[in-house]
Amino acid sequence: MSITLSEAESRRLMAEYGVPVSPFVTGASSDDVLAAVEADEGVTYPVVAKLCGRAIAHKTERGLVRLGVADADALRAACDELLGKAVPEDGSVEVLVSSMVDGNRELIAGLNDDPQFGMTVMVGVGGILAEAIRDVSFRLVPIGEVDAAEMLDDLSTQRLFDEFRGEPEADRSAIVDALVALSRLGAAETGLRSADLNPLILVDGKPVAVDALVEIDSDA
Amino acid sequence: MPDLSSLFDPKGIIITGVSNHPGKFGFVTLHNLLSSGYEGRVFPVSREPGAVLGLDVLGSIDDVPDGAADMVFICTPPAINEELLRQAAAKGVTAAFCAAGGYREAGPEGAEAEARLIDLCRELGIALAGPNGQGVVSTPAKMCAQIVAPYAPKGKIAIASQSGNFVSSFLNLANHTGVGVSRAVAAGNASVLGIADYLEYFTDDPETAVSLVYIESVEDGREMFDRMLPLSGQKPIVVVKGGASAAGARAAASHTGALASDDAVFDGMCRQAGLIRAKDVEEAFEAAATFASQPLPSGDRVVVVTTVGGWGVAAVDAMADTRLDPMPLPDDLLAAIDAKLPPRWSKNNPIDMAGGETRDTVPEILQLVAEHPDVDGVVLLGTGIQSNTAAMMRRGPFFPEHGLERIVGFHERQDTRYAEAATEISAATGTPIMVATELATTDPSNPAPASRRAAGQLCHASAGRAVRSLHHLAGYAAWRSARGLEV
Repeated sequence: MSITLSEAESRRLMAEYGVPVSPFVTGASSDDVLAAVEADEGVTYPVVAKLCGRAIAHKTERGLVRLGVADADALRAACDELLGKAVPEDGSVEVLVSSMVDGNRELIAGLNDDPQFGMTVMVGVGGILAEAIRDVSFRLVPIGEVDAAEMLDDLSTQRLFDEFRGEPEADRSAIVDALVALSRLGAAETGLRSADLNPLILVDGKPVAVDALVEIDSDA
Repeated sequence: MPDLSSLFDPKGIIITGVSNHPGKFGFVTLHNLLSSGYEGRVFPVSREPGAVLGLDVLGSIDDVPDGAADMVFICTPPAINEELLRQAAAKGVTAAFCAAGGYREAGPEGAEAEARLIDLCRELGIALAGPNGQGVVSTPAKMCAQIVAPYAPKGKIAIASQSGNFVSSFLNLANHTGVGVSRAVAAGNASVLGIADYLEYFTDDPETAVSLVYIESVEDGREMFDRMLPLSGQKPIVVVKGGASAAGARAAASHTGALASDDAVFDGMCRQAGLIRAKDVEEAFEAAATFASQPLPSGDRVVVVTTVGGWGVAAVDAMADTRLDPMPLPDDLLAAIDAKLPPRWSKNNPIDMAGGETRDTVPEILQLVAEHPDVDGVVLLGTGIQSNTAAMMRRGPFFPEHGLERIVGFHERQDTRYAEAATEISAATGTPIMVATELATTDPSNPAPASRRAAGQLCHASAGRAVRSLHHLAGYAAWRSARGLEV
């Protein structure tokens, strides 16, 4: 059996290995959340607020995400509302707040412990259609920079990396660094089953994960 | 790792289960071995002594002189094979190809017999190929030790297959194209020796330039990766995979897990390990044949040279799905070509000579293109059309009068010359030159494909197929170059 870490736990694990995640804070109550946002220079309005907890894997489907929260008053209201949506099965929950990041291009990256090949790392075209588009490339962990660069070359949708709707060309080396960091995590963490960064948004050409989900063995 | 030299270069071979009946495996193996010209000693063994194909059949392996054979080819049923292997080992045998079935594939009892076979071969120090495999071919040893046909011309492609019928397919393609084979082995149940073991041998084998493998199931993908990675940088390994593996991706909570189809992960493993993955058996053979006979390109920039029109367009179209770049012609190259052709030529890539060539034009243009430092690869199309015309003249009612004999001779010499020029220029410049015409299949006797074949070079049957082979060469070259390996 496996369990999923909460988004906050997943993000912290990612950040520990140098995988770029958008700045965020968490709190178990509206007061805690507002205080944390106030204290953290990295998190600026407008923000996104989400209810997160180990048992909550798919927030969007349950309406547990508030986008474009403009100021502290709106955030307090959003926190109250989200905490009010928690059900007993969710267990321990908190609100995660991060800055809204701006970018039209979404990648997906992740890890998966494959029954035949062991731990693998993936990059692909991301967003909610990722599983329908299936433009992805896998490698066996660990990878080096050369492997990561070739993973990007493998994708069919190469135009994603060119200048795009007023945004600069993708910074391939920054994406490569993120994949190598992800691979380091996959190599080092025992009991890890899979991990998703979806989407990994290109912000000024550089990748920033705005969601993270890590699945581990329940006895790990 | 056992030494496989007595499997691929045995000094003497014992065949068990040799029968007088020309339909039986033992008979066919003996026949194939003798017909391929094997020069070592051959010892047919059977419970019914006599003579088969002019050789005395021994009643027991005990009658084989000590040290005279180092390989045993087993066509007898499981019940007696353990005893035969002990006798063979006592005579100095160090390799066995077990063609016999009735093992793991036959159920629980067979699986037990196979387990005993494995233990016994380990105990006896015998390298075991099979069981339940069709055989082994080794052209340097003039050895076709197979229960089926065919044999193949000598060459530099080494084949290992998890399916015996694809050994036959590859050998048939070698016979058809004239691009030959060094070794070929069917892994059978692969109870001891598997694909990776054969690849390790091929990589060290001076007779082999490229390995070609057919894989159906991957039991331990990580082990396969770990063993292939040190090999692929030494010699190219072309892989074709059949079927989806039984062990599918397990249900995962993540998108990544859901996207991890067996094929996507296998494909990534190939890219990472530098394995050249072809989509089917024909493409795999043609890639291997090209690796065996052409230099590696130093990049992806390709120029297409064609005697006329549409073929060139098709070649450029085919590049859209590949890493290859139909480069614009550099100014100096364009000027140099312009001096050789009448004004109606295309003046871009593809170089359409528009029928403007005279006696020496094709070799001259080919030389200019292949030696240009910006050009990494060349595709030559439209050879054989002169000989095609000549062939119709030969068959028609007017030959050899009306001046036909002279022009037919000219046409045929020209196509021969183009093929020779492609080989010579490619070798001299280090730039791969693909030659493609459907005449390779529709009329292999045409001097264009026939001369190509005589030179040990592949004549691709279409521009698209030539482009695919060049794509595989360029992909492997890029993999090497990204890792600081020589290209």
